[in-house]
Amino acid sequence: MAEKTVITSADREFHERIVALSGQALTMCDQCGTCTASCPMINEMDVMPSQLMRMVQLGDAGVLETKTMWLCASCFACTVRCPRGLDLSKVAEALRQVTLRKAIDRIDIRQIPAEEFEELPQIALVGALRKLTG
Amino acid sequence: MTQDNDHASREERGESKTGGLKLPYYPGCTLKTTARNLEDSALAVADALGIELVELPRWNCCGVVASLTDDDLMRHMGPVRNFIRVQEMNSTGLVEDELRLVALCSMCFNTLKQTNKRMHERPKDLKSINDLMYREEDYRGEVEVVHFLEILREIEPERIAGLVSDPLEGLKVAPYYGCTLLRPKGIGIDDPERPTAQDDLIRLLGATVVDNPRKTVCCGSYQTDDNKDAVANLAYDILTHARAAGADVVTTFCPLCAFNLDNRQRVVMERHPDFEPMPVLYLTQLMALAFGFGEEACRFDLNYTDPREVLEASRLVREGS
Amino acid sequence: MSTQTDMMERISRSTRSLTTGVDTNDVKNWVTIHIMGRAYEVPADLTIMTAMEFAGYKLIRSCGCRQGFCGACATVFRREGEYKLETALACQTRVEDGMSLVQIPFVPAGAASYDVAEERYAFSVFSKYYPEVDRCVSCNTCTKACPQDLEVMDYIQAAIRGDFEALTEGSFDCIQCGLCALRCPAEIAQYHVGQLGRRMYGRHGSPEPDHLRTRLEEIERGDFEDALNELVGASQEKLTKLYAARERESD
Repeated sequence: MAEKTVITSADREFHERIVALSGQALTMCDQCGTCTASCPMINEMDVMPSQLMRMVQLGDAGVLETKTMWLCASCFACTVRCPRGLDLSKVAEALRQVTLRKAIDRIDIRQIPAEEFEELPQIALVGALRKLTG
Repeated sequence: MTQDNDHASREERGESKTGGLKLPYYPGCTLKTTARNLEDSALAVADALGIELVELPRWNCCGVVASLTDDDLMRHMGPVRNFIRVQEMNSTGLVEDELRLVALCSMCFNTLKQTNKRMHERPKDLKSINDLMYREEDYRGEVEVVHFLEILREIEPERIAGLVSDPLEGLKVAPYYGCTLLRPKGIGIDDPERPTAQDDLIRLLGATVVDNPRKTVCCGSYQTDDNKDAVANLAYDILTHARAAGADVVTTFCPLCAFNLDNRQRVVMERHPDFEPMPVLYLTQLMALAFGFGEEACRFDLNYTDPREVLEASRLVREGS
Repeated sequence: MSTQTDMMERISRSTRSLTTGVDTNDVKNWVTIHIMGRAYEVPADLTIMTAMEFAGYKLIRSCGCRQGFCGACATVFRREGEYKLETALACQTRVEDGMSLVQIPFVPAGAASYDVAEERYAFSVFSKYYPEVDRCVSCNTCTKACPQDLEVMDYIQAAIRGDFEALTEGSFDCIQCGLCALRCPAEIAQYHVGQLGRRMYGRHGSPEPDHLRTRLEEIERGDFEDALNELVGASQEKLTKLYAARERESD
């Protein structure tokens, strides 16, 4: 017998919040998996991009505990290939922002070893700080 | 503003816009330091083509990568401030009637263009930003963000071929495009699946283009700070495919791609002892070489993997055979 | 203890008149200001600092040189009916009717420990010690907060670019009051970044003063030993004569 998924009002609220933050009509995703097939960071992720979309569709706030949106490199491969015209990079950003706006950073820049800073170009630092800190 | 409208307005402005041209130029932070090889080679190439890239006065960091939430305004202020500088350049006479803003760095290009697109699509957001930045003149929304490759693409191929004094025959080049030059749609300057912008130029230099099936796969971008291993794996994949296709060198147009594909080769070799180092050059460095320019323009000293041996070897093959 | 109280009393009393001998009854122009939410009537000609003392505050913090140089008296205020947040140095700014103010005696911002002689002269020195500088969103809030009218955003951008000279020029008049750091959405401590940049420029970037090196060599060689010893061993009478006859600009 199939398991019943109950969507609570809290789930609905979370779903709506991500819709508003990302500007994407999430219910349009038909789970084709093209985004997953296109993603360059897939090997590091615990949840596939298409699974992430499913979780957000169902309003499952547990998606915030996954590593997936933090591993996104904002490469827009999923964005150009989604047959439904959905912008998954915006969904990932919205999910990141939910946590970052609570002043909870993903990376602590001061933990990066000093030798790394001797090498890293500004562009790498600016990008990481923009996407992974609030 | 659609792509088509852009081309129409350029034609309306008259022919041979690429002779004696003065264009507002946005460098971005990295081009002033570790990516001087991109700036120096590009400025030399531009100069040879009669293009003066006039640096934006008082420009500020664009803040890669573009801010993607629906409600954020603050992170669009930086780019808009740069657009205002373009307006100022026109009113102070640094450039004449020129609202195109040229970027060399693909990521800066992408970030600036995404903000510009948003300002066009949402006049209300533009007004809010103009109100917030009350110490600046208003951004009127007319700047056009352009990548240097688009400028090169408009030049008659014969003109570029005519400047080649040292044809790179025998050199096999795998152009790498990455992401921000091609995606998302409406921002990218080429087909995101089958781009050719670099290919055409490489052929004009006399070199052979080899196709790397991984040429549009992301290098890992800013994940290089915290996830060096993931980036090393991507670099390994991208570069071994380039070598399998027969490439001597890989070209790129982005300082972050250059760092991830070039500097991170040290990490790649730690994890894959069988890996053979692959020189990674900016396309403009290759152009400078083919145009016969010396080291001050080519700036191979700033490339992590020294390309000079490989370039010399292919030249000897040409001269010998 | 009582000497201190006497002193404070005298200061308090002295600022009650515009010039010595003038009674407060003779003050023609009064304004109402709010200090930390409480209204006070003060003579219109006073600075924020002296107005606070007139009102009875005894300043033991947020008060320093009284000359606009030390950055201790950072003050934040709003004008009545206006939403804009203004900043000022209390010792340099006249009160205005309807002003509502508070002082910021201290801004927490840990300064990094470094040895500029050991650091590489490149932008990476900022990434190493103040990596948050790359979070700058170019919002210009820091510039708006600066009571010295410095273009703070510009010198922070110079830091990100690795342009030490532009940073030094832009931050030279910074008095480290901390208001920029307090208001920055990216949580950068601009004045610390400026300090690091100026130190680096001084050590690695600015031209070496040849005359200094020459002078040091002369001193180490002992060129001035005799003259110094003569002065040290001179009598009171001789010193007085020498002092009176010293080389100086005419009166």
